[in-house]
Amino acid sequence: MAKTLFEKIWDAHVVTSMTDGMTLLYIDRHLVHEVTSPQAFEGLRLSKTRVRRPELTFATMDHNVPTIDRMNIKDPISRAQIEALTANCAEFGITLYDLKSDRQGIVHIIGPELGLTLPGTTIVCGDSHTSTHGAFGTLAFGIGTSEVEHVLATQCLRQKRPKTFKVEFSGKLKPGVTAKDMILKLIGTIGTAGGTGYVLEYCGEAVRALSMEARMTICNMSIEAGARAGMIAPDDTTFQYMAQGNRPFAPKGKLFDESVAFWGTLVTDRDAKYDREISIDASQIAPQVTWGTNPGMVIDVTGRVPDPNQVPGYHPKDVEQALNYMGLKPGTPITEIKIDTVFIGSCTNARIEDLRAAAKIIKGRKIASGVRVLVVPGSEQVRKQAEAEELHTVFQAAGCEWRQSGCSMCLGMNPDQLKPGERCASTSNRNFEGRQGKGGRTHLVSPEMAAAAAIAGHFVDIRTWPR
Amino acid sequence: MEPFKSHRGLIATLDHANVDTDQIIPKQFLKSIQRTGFEQNLFYDWRYLADGTPNPDFELNQERFHGASILVTRNNFGCGSSREHAVWAIRQYGFKAVIAPWQKRGSTVVPAFADIFRTNSTKNGLLTVELKESEVEEIFQMVDRYKGLEATVNLEHQRVTLHLAEEISFHFDIDPSIKGHLVQGLDEICQTLQCEDAIKAFETRHSSQRWI
Repeated sequence: MAKTLFEKIWDAHVVTSMTDGMTLLYIDRHLVHEVTSPQAFEGLRLSKTRVRRPELTFATMDHNVPTIDRMNIKDPISRAQIEALTANCAEFGITLYDLKSDRQGIVHIIGPELGLTLPGTTIVCGDSHTSTHGAFGTLAFGIGTSEVEHVLATQCLRQKRPKTFKVEFSGKLKPGVTAKDMILKLIGTIGTAGGTGYVLEYCGEAVRALSMEARMTICNMSIEAGARAGMIAPDDTTFQYMAQGNRPFAPKGKLFDESVAFWGTLVTDRDAKYDREISIDASQIAPQVTWGTNPGMVIDVTGRVPDPNQVPGYHPKDVEQALNYMGLKPGTPITEIKIDTVFIGSCTNARIEDLRAAAKIIKGRKIASGVRVLVVPGSEQVRKQAEAEELHTVFQAAGCEWRQSGCSMCLGMNPDQLKPGERCASTSNRNFEGRQGKGGRTHLVSPEMAAAAAIAGHFVDIRTWPR
Repeated sequence: MEPFKSHRGLIATLDHANVDTDQIIPKQFLKSIQRTGFEQNLFYDWRYLADGTPNPDFELNQERFHGASILVTRNNFGCGSSREHAVWAIRQYGFKAVIAPWQKRGSTVVPAFADIFRTNSTKNGLLTVELKESEVEEIFQMVDRYKGLEATVNLEHQRVTLHLAEEISFHFDIDPSIKGHLVQGLDEICQTLQCEDAIKAFETRHSSQRWI
């Protein structure tokens, strides 16, 4: 029977069907970080249960990590959480990439770097942006702490089979338009709950043309469309990525060839049916900027802040509340919105290609007066690579702050936060109220758009930027 | 986990769509390594003013909602981060059930609750009830009109009943696996551990993919 990519991976991981209609699904890789795991480990201790497959479980610390002087965590509660992860990994025999490790970084950035993320596998993590790994043709999704405990104890999860949703991006992207704009466009089109209950499969000419890092950006924000997972079928771009770089867990030599032979079969069969489909013409996508307090409140950079009565899918009251929080008036051109902070970072856009793209815009220029720019590489490997390419000197010469790796201002669990009323052009994934700091105002954009806003002091249409 | 069969309690309304888990429990409270103590920080940014005193404009701070155990809200509740702390905070505050509407948009149906939130709720004995938009709207109106309005959420019969002089009652659909889990108060890990033979057999089969 013809199957979609998702169905092939799902079917290959069914341990058994439970009597209540749920499936017991096997998990190939379990990624763990300090925030959503301590209560799960405590649960194991209370029930005297061991970790079933510690060798399939990998941990790092990213959310609480300071990006300056990281070994010296001043907040005692943050420090306690970091120390708890260290102790738990030691007690249960789990590999940990801690703050002393040069492989530390945001969990969704180091998985692919280490070669832990492999096509055709299942990956979970107590973090909603686990969807990132789907870029490799991996079924990867975020789970809560009870499920973290369940996977630690059993290496399985009880799941209801989700529905499938084909998202095709036809045509070619215009210069200056990126994967970030593609995913924001999709979320603006289907809404932040449009993908709830589905696994998205991204396909089409514009997706095929993307690098692995850009594909990760798209899959990363599947959850902002409501979908726990998003996937892209592996191809030569994927196999090349797996073969290059220092990826200790990726197969090598003969085993690599054997893997590629299998990975090549991970495509949706011609006659396979999806539960839902959408097609978006990539050539018509403009750079996107969010104006509200969820990622679906987004518009072309050439647009204006909308009238509360004219936003499809939203109650006018909710739009008014969003605009009030954001301090924006309907009718204001997006390019006239001034910013005072720029954050280039997060599991969405802090890989080396993102930093290169931002540096290219910034090179030889100065950031606008009064604007604070944080550049936070997604991992220590990204930081080292950027420094080897002298990108950090480009950023520093322009007046940006160059930091150590971590989640940083994407959610501000560490000291990197917005103050009330501050307005940020951010390459992260969520513009929720208070996300980057209580009272902070977030506009989600691509790294190029964030970099250009840093120089201009307001949003600009990157397509008109002198090159 | 304590089984959930039926619950009667005071209704509180929260008139916001797309309430995200950052709003339900902000990041600074995720640093705890405990499973308890989240109730005082539920909806923190909405609930308290800058000086830490209760915000009188926030719905749940109204005296009429004190002691409420059924939360009625709008579509796409619990979206965003996977933090189970959001569910712990809601449960520890005293809510046993959350009611929200599914929505029809074009040819598709938008569920009332975000996926991960719903799963987390089930694991913690918090019942998520999906009703029609018109039904949720009616509950909002009735709560507005009748102070102290209580409801019974009966999971076994899949029914929400408003205790008015003339009772109003709504049927709700629910995934049988979620219902079974809540009604029985299952310990999933214990149950899955009993599948050890199946898991072992799977691992043997699966080991042919030597690159994993």
